[in-house]
Amino acid sequence: MALTGIQIYKYLPKTNCKECGQPTCLAFAMKLAASQAELSACPYVSAESKQALAAASKPPIRLVTVGAGDKKIEVGNETVLFRHDKTFVHKPGLVIRVKDSMPLDQVTKLVGDVSNYKVDRVGITFGMDGIAVQNDSGNAATFAKCVEAVAGKTDLPLVLIATNPDSMSAALEKVSKAKPAIYAANKENIDKMIELAKKYACPLAVQSSDGLNELAELTEKAAKAGVADLIMDPGVRGFGDTLVTLTQLRRLALNKRFEPLGYPIITFPGEGTASAQEEAVLAGQHIAKYGGIIVLDHFSPAIAYALVTLRLNVYTDPQKPIQMKPGLYQILEPKPTSPLCVTTNFSLTYFSIAGELEAAGWASWLLVCDTEGLSVLTAWSAGKFDADKIAKTVKAQNAAEKVTHRNLVIPGGVAVLRGELEEALPDWKIMVGPREAMAVGSYLKEHWKV
Amino acid sequence: MPGVEIPIEKWTGKIREVKLGGGKRKEIIVGGENTLPFLSFEGSIPHTPRVAIEIQDKEPAAWSPSLLSAWGDAVKDPATWAKKAVEFGAEIIVLRLVSAHPESGNTGADEAKKTVDKVLAAVDLPLIVIGPGVAEKDNAVLVTVSEAARGQRIGIGNCEEKNYRTVAAVCISDGHIAIAKSPLDINLAKQLNILLTDIGVPADSILMDPDTGALGYGLEYALSIRERIRLAALGGDAMVNMPIIGHVGVEAWRQKESKASQGVPPAWGSVEERGLAWEELTAITVINAGSNIVSLLHPKSVERIKATIGKLMGKK
Repeated sequence: MALTGIQIYKYLPKTNCKECGQPTCLAFAMKLAASQAELSACPYVSAESKQALAAASKPPIRLVTVGAGDKKIEVGNETVLFRHDKTFVHKPGLVIRVKDSMPLDQVTKLVGDVSNYKVDRVGITFGMDGIAVQNDSGNAATFAKCVEAVAGKTDLPLVLIATNPDSMSAALEKVSKAKPAIYAANKENIDKMIELAKKYACPLAVQSSDGLNELAELTEKAAKAGVADLIMDPGVRGFGDTLVTLTQLRRLALNKRFEPLGYPIITFPGEGTASAQEEAVLAGQHIAKYGGIIVLDHFSPAIAYALVTLRLNVYTDPQKPIQMKPGLYQILEPKPTSPLCVTTNFSLTYFSIAGELEAAGWASWLLVCDTEGLSVLTAWSAGKFDADKIAKTVKAQNAAEKVTHRNLVIPGGVAVLRGELEEALPDWKIMVGPREAMAVGSYLKEHWKV
Repeated sequence: MPGVEIPIEKWTGKIREVKLGGGKRKEIIVGGENTLPFLSFEGSIPHTPRVAIEIQDKEPAAWSPSLLSAWGDAVKDPATWAKKAVEFGAEIIVLRLVSAHPESGNTGADEAKKTVDKVLAAVDLPLIVIGPGVAEKDNAVLVTVSEAARGQRIGIGNCEEKNYRTVAAVCISDGHIAIAKSPLDINLAKQLNILLTDIGVPADSILMDPDTGALGYGLEYALSIRERIRLAALGGDAMVNMPIIGHVGVEAWRQKESKASQGVPPAWGSVEERGLAWEELTAITVINAGSNIVSLLHPKSVERIKATIGKLMGKK
């Protein structure tokens, strides 16, 4: 794990000059340990100390980028085994695999479908993250042709799957600018794969089916040869073995700081399972338990949506709940005369009230205020859901142009805001809704008379 | 280069064993593990996690068509439903007394006793009975349920911080398991276990339900609360080391994503596939985080999740 304040202190000048802004070098060391200060704030730290501290603060799992441009996949740099200890950071890439033995038109159609797939959740658009192309034919020219066709059809990052260096070379010639991941170097082909990874500056996956010792030997060999961006395939498949091995790898990297295995992991849930649905369950396991790039053999919108949602859940910072993008949301198909309700942007609050409105059949407008992810009462007591905030959101979202009436329903929990709100929004009548989302349907039935 | 040494965690605590069933009823033991889920390379996991099927005492009102077609007419009668659940591979039956809720029938203690008698007679699996979730009604119906099942060591719930005395008392006198439900908070979960053991519920007669948010609806909380409880228990905290139960099925199938085929974006895909994925991904996440019993609703999910648990248990 990272250095403690005392360990860092040993590398500092110990002059207590205060130029870093801290009263003593020890205080500065403590701030560094807590990642609340930068070493560059100390003008006197020696070059040797800088180097030693940089080596010690190197992330235990390397951050690796696959692809170039906006859609690149960044994985690794995780610092905890359990999300509650801090948070998981870099969402695993969900990659769909095609094979060069499939008819080319079938490949390009699937790649098109995957690339165009978009789904909204909590006001954010998600999609699939990449395409893997496998040299199933064994033929270099066929592979290159297929890879080129795929690249012409998508701007998603690619994972090139071939163990034959000639095939890999032929494909890289066509698409190396897009920085695809090379999968994979193994015991037999590693020298040639290292050459290719260096020549084209692409990340290299290293695969071993012969235990973690061999895997570590291969990654060390690649690292020593100058390939820094590595991805690991420990060769295990299926539920039990991947849970155990991926847990061991994460522990080795974080708890033991075992550098040769400090890289993100690529998984193939389709290879350890018998159906699309079972593959989805294993992919779900890999999302929560330490997968970095997850290569799927089936693509369907329903499963893609479920996996994207799971990933969003697991990779949410526990200190920062999932938030809705503030805005004016439509429930069913609202008219200008439909009810207007206001709530906070804590996703579960939003889903509760939106779900109840929908279930009760109320086409309506739901105005979501930015409360930094806090629920109604918590936000109110923290001063993040007050009359001023609500009034500003009503104006910023042009609610008055969407509805012809001037009635705003506020959550019953913040009934006290009514008076202030009527002052802040003089044209509006403030209606105090129920305390619980569950009662909103019956409340509107009784009180909504527009 | 030095060889890779697999890091082994030495845990000091272990999860308590809890036995459900007894008398003529089949017995199942859950718990007993002294490591995190399925990490058998560093500890022992004597009892596999179990899959329960949840049934109700009343025909479900707003269920997904996918669930209704899977169960057919069985949902009209709890005894038939329970038998069908056995055919579909249930290892435990969870019976929820929905009809006792004031807003969905308000049936009383006699009705609850009749239902439980019928289900007990129909199947020999361990049973867990959950009340309607309204304090007065829970207390009224669960007391007679407890009497009806005396000697068969069923699970009875929920015991919650605000209402646990009555249910706990009948669990003590009739030898049942108290289901201790707390809202996604390790301290409240522990507090409730302390309250229950203080009034005399044996610690090996408690199952914890730390609550379950479905995929997209707080699953991250359900995951983290389980991991935190498990780490505390394995670290030696004897007041959180009871086995964990999670009602995955009802939570997952309650959501729009599991039910809606009309008026949803095409990107949501097939409703049949989506509903199953919603239940199964919720299940795998809480199982890997630490669950000894999950209750599910769809027979296909039951089959798949049982097979998955088997695979997770089978590997060293």
